[in-house]
Amino acid sequence: MTDIATMPQPVSFGRRLKRFMADRPLIPLIILLIVLVAILQVLRPGIVNERWIANTAKFAIPLAILAGCQTMTMLTGGIDLSVGTVATMSAFIMATQIVNQDPAVAFLLAMLPAVLIGLVNGIGVGVFLVHPLIMTLGTSLIGTGFLQVYQRTVIASGARIPDFLNWLGTGLTYGFPNALFLFVPVAVLIVFMLNRTGFGRLLYAVGDNERAARLSGVRYWQVITALYVLSSLLAGITGLLYIGLIKAPSLSLAEPLVLPSVAAAVIGGTSIFGGRGGYTGTIVGALILTVLTTLLTILQMPEGGRRILFGFIVLFVTAAYLRIIEDR
Amino acid sequence: MSRFLRNQGWVAGLFALLIFVFVVTKLIQPGYGSGDFGSLARAVLPYAFAVAAQTVVVIAGGIDLSVAAMMALTSVTAASMMNGASEEYALFVVPFVLAMGLVLGALNGVLIVVTRVPDIVVTLAMLFVLQGAALLVLGAPGGAAAEWLKASVVGTAPIPSLPDWADAWVPKALVLLVICLCIVWIPLRRSRLGLSIYAIGSDELAAFRSGVPVARTRIVAYALSGLFAAMGGLSLTISTGIGAPIPGPYLLASVAAVVLGGVALGGGKGGLLGPIIAVFVLRLVRTDLTLLAIDPNVTAIIEGAIMVAVVMFGAFITIRGRPVGATP
Repeated sequence: MTDIATMPQPVSFGRRLKRFMADRPLIPLIILLIVLVAILQVLRPGIVNERWIANTAKFAIPLAILAGCQTMTMLTGGIDLSVGTVATMSAFIMATQIVNQDPAVAFLLAMLPAVLIGLVNGIGVGVFLVHPLIMTLGTSLIGTGFLQVYQRTVIASGARIPDFLNWLGTGLTYGFPNALFLFVPVAVLIVFMLNRTGFGRLLYAVGDNERAARLSGVRYWQVITALYVLSSLLAGITGLLYIGLIKAPSLSLAEPLVLPSVAAAVIGGTSIFGGRGGYTGTIVGALILTVLTTLLTILQMPEGGRRILFGFIVLFVTAAYLRIIEDR
Repeated sequence: MSRFLRNQGWVAGLFALLIFVFVVTKLIQPGYGSGDFGSLARAVLPYAFAVAAQTVVVIAGGIDLSVAAMMALTSVTAASMMNGASEEYALFVVPFVLAMGLVLGALNGVLIVVTRVPDIVVTLAMLFVLQGAALLVLGAPGGAAAEWLKASVVGTAPIPSLPDWADAWVPKALVLLVICLCIVWIPLRRSRLGLSIYAIGSDELAAFRSGVPVARTRIVAYALSGLFAAMGGLSLTISTGIGAPIPGPYLLASVAAVVLGGVALGGGKGGLLGPIIAVFVLRLVRTDLTLLAIDPNVTAIIEGAIMVAVVMFGAFITIRGRPVGATP
């Protein structure tokens, strides 16, 4: 009898693969990224060179930071759909205020709506327990309204992209995009915060089992409010970076990044139900999506087709992760 | 019995609110007459169908984030099919688009049942997919609507037994709305199926143990939601004469009206009448803001703020309604 108990159970290949995927989600993701780059190289021989890599990084970085907002909010079982509006507001306010104001003042003015929207989101989700999706969608509608009103007041003064944002958005240093100067500290900070600080662990705790977290003395609304303010601030900074990259202030500047940012976090292995995931996977997810977008552009897939594909990716990846968790 | 009274009390209160807002409108603009009521009914039409679509799903214990995108897709499909086609061809387009809504709604339900991913994620993914599909059908606002369809929402419905002054207060759009909603809702409410929808929203496990086919009922609820959304999309095309591939603000509006209409976001409670009255209240408030000569962009901000406040209020009521210590 003891023999049977100690004998190792034969594990099927499928189960082993699933467990491997669940324990080390980064490895299959990196393999997928390499496969995509290889396909690109086959379709357009010679496209993969230093300039292409720098360019890909430049476009992946704003997406990766916004996906960071999604990662952190998704860890608590939430989502932040207002990041696009917040980024657009910051970028637009920066570009129009820099004309008459000191850069530091313009920067503060640009960050103000980000903090306010984050605060409203946090209070709505944390105190009133509105579903984050509805709440952030609502604040993003209100934000867009404010932006339209604001646009009228500055229509005479015009807009300008400050030089340092130009440098940050498109400049290269020794072949490396300058945006890395912003991204590397941000990424290190997020990873450090999620893994090594009390606040980061609280995010996992709240997302994993909200009731248990509350019962063990976590002040839910404070954690959530801080989280959404942080997410909004990051989105605002991304907006500044993005305007340096795109160089055309408009009222829908960062809106196209919202869906991919959700998709990047989901692909990166962060569970949309909370409690599982991390930022390193998200970064790879953002790279995958950027390369995929290039690939789809080369294949001449229209914008609509791309959105359809992203939607199905989110759905199938979520379903797949659900199966993996159930099996454990 | 007390629940019945409470629900009817809510609807009665809403109706009183509607009359109050109506009186306010009359005070602001003494000339507000039947013609203005007609244009109100026309403006309400797409919102009312969006709300009906949301109501069915919320009663069944879910939520449909793809309502606005579904309306955009059905609207552009109708507009592009009717573009340059004969008047009679529209007779074929209308049932085709309605069937399309029904099938796509059912697809939502099937995906939820098969993948076991929560409603909110599946319909979010479908939001991306339907948006993309709408862009594929029509890249920019365009298309056309048949003249007889456009005429079906303009003017008043001639009802022989009514005197002219009363007849003027019965716009065709309102008649169309009432007919479309009643044709689907009244037989449903009286059938076993309707009861099942309330049952799975109220307590899924109890419903399952009482022999309610939970999966099938959920699929039907989403299919009906798709049907209502298709009606909304058609009404958009009819009232504007074109189709636009960008989803309007119908998602947040539908959730707000559902909450204001006394349908619990947890499911199982409420009816269709409350949300429909609520949507009239919300639209009439917008009319008031316009009559007060407030900048349309500011109106958008106020409207968004009202909707967010309503949703927050609804969530707050839901927390209060729960026994102390229950998980939110």
